[in-house]
Amino acid sequence: MIQPITALARMSAAAALAATLLAFPAQAQDKPKELKIGIATFLSGPASVFGVPAKAAAEMIAEDLNKKGGIGGVPVSVSFIDEGAGGEALVSNYRRMVQDDKVDVTFAAISSGSCGQLAPLAEDLKMLNLMWDCGASSILEAKKYRYNFRSQANGTPEMLAVLAYLLKTKPDFKTIAVVNQDYAWGRESWEIFSTALKVMKPDVKVVAELFPKFGAPDFSTEISRLLALKPDVVLTTSWGGDLDTLVRQAGQRGLLQQSAFVLGIGESSMQRLGKDLPDGLIIGARGDHWFLHPEMKNDPAFKAFNEAFKAKTGSWPIYSVYHMQQAFSAYQGAVEKAMKANGGKWPSREQVIDAAEGLEFKGWGRGVSLRPEDHQGLEAQIVGVSKTAPGYDFKVLDDMMIFEPKAITTPAGQKSVDWLKTLPPDFVAKLNVQTFKHGG
Amino acid sequence: MDSTIVILAICDGLSYAALVFLVSVGLSLIFGVLRIVNVAHGSLYAYGAYTAATLSLLVAPVSPWLTFPALLVASILVGTVVGGLMERFLLRPVYHLEEVLQLLITFAVFMIMDNLQRMIWGVQPIFAAEPVKLLPNISVLGVNYTSYQVLVLPLVAVATLFGLRYFLRYTLSGAIIMAVTEDREAATAIGIDAKRVFLVTFIIGASLAALGGALASPTTSLVPGMGTDMIVLSFAVAATAGLGQIEGAAVTALVIGLARAFIIYIQPELEVLVPYLIMMIVLLIRPMGLFGVNNVRKI
Amino acid sequence: MSARLLSRWAIVLGVAVAAIFPLVLPSWATLITLILAKGIVVLGIIILLQAGQVSFGHAMFYGVGAYTVAFWERYVGAADLMLFLLLGPVIAMLFGLLIGLFVVRYREIFFGMLNLAFSMVLWSLLEKLYHYTNGADGIRVARPALAGISFSPEAFQYVLLYLTLALVLVVSYAVQRYLDSPLGHMLRAIKSNETRLEYLGISARRILLIGYVASAFLGGLGGVLVAIAQQIATPEFAYWTKSGEFVFIAILGGTANAFGAFAGAAVFETVRFFASAQLANAWQLILGVVLIVIIMFAPNGLIGLLNRRKAGAPS
Repeated sequence: MIQPITALARMSAAAALAATLLAFPAQAQDKPKELKIGIATFLSGPASVFGVPAKAAAEMIAEDLNKKGGIGGVPVSVSFIDEGAGGEALVSNYRRMVQDDKVDVTFAAISSGSCGQLAPLAEDLKMLNLMWDCGASSILEAKKYRYNFRSQANGTPEMLAVLAYLLKTKPDFKTIAVVNQDYAWGRESWEIFSTALKVMKPDVKVVAELFPKFGAPDFSTEISRLLALKPDVVLTTSWGGDLDTLVRQAGQRGLLQQSAFVLGIGESSMQRLGKDLPDGLIIGARGDHWFLHPEMKNDPAFKAFNEAFKAKTGSWPIYSVYHMQQAFSAYQGAVEKAMKANGGKWPSREQVIDAAEGLEFKGWGRGVSLRPEDHQGLEAQIVGVSKTAPGYDFKVLDDMMIFEPKAITTPAGQKSVDWLKTLPPDFVAKLNVQTFKHGG
Repeated sequence: MDSTIVILAICDGLSYAALVFLVSVGLSLIFGVLRIVNVAHGSLYAYGAYTAATLSLLVAPVSPWLTFPALLVASILVGTVVGGLMERFLLRPVYHLEEVLQLLITFAVFMIMDNLQRMIWGVQPIFAAEPVKLLPNISVLGVNYTSYQVLVLPLVAVATLFGLRYFLRYTLSGAIIMAVTEDREAATAIGIDAKRVFLVTFIIGASLAALGGALASPTTSLVPGMGTDMIVLSFAVAATAGLGQIEGAAVTALVIGLARAFIIYIQPELEVLVPYLIMMIVLLIRPMGLFGVNNVRKI
Repeated sequence: MSARLLSRWAIVLGVAVAAIFPLVLPSWATLITLILAKGIVVLGIIILLQAGQVSFGHAMFYGVGAYTVAFWERYVGAADLMLFLLLGPVIAMLFGLLIGLFVVRYREIFFGMLNLAFSMVLWSLLEKLYHYTNGADGIRVARPALAGISFSPEAFQYVLLYLTLALVLVVSYAVQRYLDSPLGHMLRAIKSNETRLEYLGISARRILLIGYVASAFLGGLGGVLVAIAQQIATPEFAYWTKSGEFVFIAILGGTANAFGAFAGAAVFETVRFFASAQLANAWQLILGVVLIVIIMFAPNGLIGLLNRRKAGAPS
């Protein structure tokens, strides 16, 4: 059976040669005809509540950009792959996007699980990737990446801001419980929150740590437990259908009145929950954005963006929409900065990456900057409480605090949990924040 | 705290057991009569839920109390239409084929229904909670429960159980169904139309699954994929009880529902494991199920 | 088995496509690796189908293979691909032996259900023991070296592809020989008339156990390859829908011979891949309809179709 082996050897040699040739990234010095942006988002499954609005936003933003001449004078086009198709299909589709469709940049992804898989793959394929929505801080802390950037904050400042708000507004609570989805985000967000809490209020007792299965349709047993245990505060970083179900089932049985619920990333559920969301719940917005952002709400461009989005989709934007905008702004900023540094010539991918390190860009809030050491975005955080307001059939945020990023984001090179343990107990007291009212 | 936990766990376990029973008993019935494992059973559950939610949202502005009959109407609609079409056009042509092929047809139906569901109702969570809101809360040992959860669901399950028993044992149609189950050939020989019996039984089984879904819909967000977990869970209950056993399914659903509720109080991580662990242990000891008849090996 | 010549040509064509296409379209390299790897698992299903038994829990061996690699990398350290290709299937085989000792006593629906129960127990352990298994997100699998050589990402995908292709050829040959051997015939006797087998003084249980263990080995091998190709092992690998997929592919391809497994896997994966890319989420619909059509009009699967076309003779 010699022949087949030789044939195999020949094929392998050909393969190796072809692979070597394919390995060099195209040094694109001429202006391309169009910039292809490949976006991973949830088009099916529970997280489509974020993914579908973000897709609509991407299409809107791309159209808008092209009306203004595109990025660096080049029109953009967007294509999407579905995170909801599951791990295998996602990875295959990402590869296809990069290797066959030859996109210029990818925005991936929403789920921390997807980012965990795609970031190393992007690094392998030498594709510039902006992690536009996934929150797990561990991704950029565990490994130093060249090709991956995060154009938003991550779970650590998000949870620290929520904790700070809680400590500033309800400093005397004694017991707390958590009900989080059982996957990376649910576990990590609790780890961050509880580690910081232990440092700042060591006497608080954690009476229950519940991690129902992701996508659980029924929380009645968890709610019964909490009704029996009667904690002062209940934290949940759930989202989507899970959060809707939890809030509604808890509301039906009076748990929301009994314990002070903190919805760590509840902003995205507010419009869907409508009147089922009571007033007075602490709600995090996962960043420096809110469709009635106190500092932006009178900005005409911002208002136009929100109105256009509402006209297109029927709802006001949520945080995934603003994160998508941030990804576009970051990419545009990096390309334009690289072009300037290049004397007006079209930059190569490597040059764009060099420009992205240390880049400062603006989404729809205060600015965001990309830290050169670990490519982590530094973004402020808004936290507020739910409140009924005239003119809206859902609750809005009131008594909003905006936390500046430097104090609440893990310094580069450190792991979040380790850094949190070194925080001084008067950390929250030292944070100087302004409070904004809804109407103000 | 201990006796409190027991009582609370019972209250939580009851409603869960009620829903699981409704779905599994339909599955069991279908297997008992048609000898088909219906993988699409969970999809019938999901369709029952979505249809009930759609109907509820339609009738709620007219009068909130109409949402209750809407649940029933939705389940009968789904059971008859979807179940009937499925049996007549997808299952009847393949009765002569091997059992694994019949099962795969139901698996294919599950995939198709799952896909269609997303196309029809979209991917955003739907919540239609009128029926629950209408009823007051009940306080058990200081813990609030909705009456829907601790009264309505278990009552419907019990009513279904007795209704099915009565139907199968004391009515003519029920006797015919039992005859076909016992011995298909002999029943056909005395003039019973086995094809009609299959159709009727399948519709009943499908309606029961849809009823489970319809009853579940006011309590939870309806999201894509809600049938997938329910399928394997109802298998677990039906197989553990013994496929074809009606009363057995009720007992097993209760056992599994209570076990799950208790575990959440004691060791929450094991919640998902419990039904399958019970299934595994029971089937190892009694492969025909707790109440099954002994005809394990076919030679 | 008529139409052997046609099957031979189909095999050659298949191997050629698998070997050459990815050189043109790089993303196909991993896709084809996945097809081949899943085909290996489906070979195991086909073995059991010869005995007339369907396992609704085969994904558990697939999962065991995948997590063997993941756990080894996580708790022991990096290792060579050759080690994983040996370790994964062997551990899956041991699982198969253990579980097989119980399940081979049962037939038909009871066999299927018991396998389902075992696989769901494994799945729930993988899903919920977060601190050991990282739960639903799974464990990342780093690219191992092969025979001491570390390959670049681009080269590795081809290395893995050709390695898998070679394994497929070896394994298919072995399975075909097994099915043609007396052991294989006795396996088929379990389906047609088990009593007769017992009358010959042969333990049906032992025959089935051998087949079961072999299929577990194949399941583990497939799991190792997929985990390394996708660089992740998740609890989904052991979920019931995955078992269903494998049975689906077996029937789709046709259970008459080994090639059916790969034909079925190729159709399944390419439809899923392209439909999810183009028709955004009608892939389940399409595959479901295809399966129904195949079962109703070509119950012997795609291979059966091919055979019928060639000779008009039943296969």
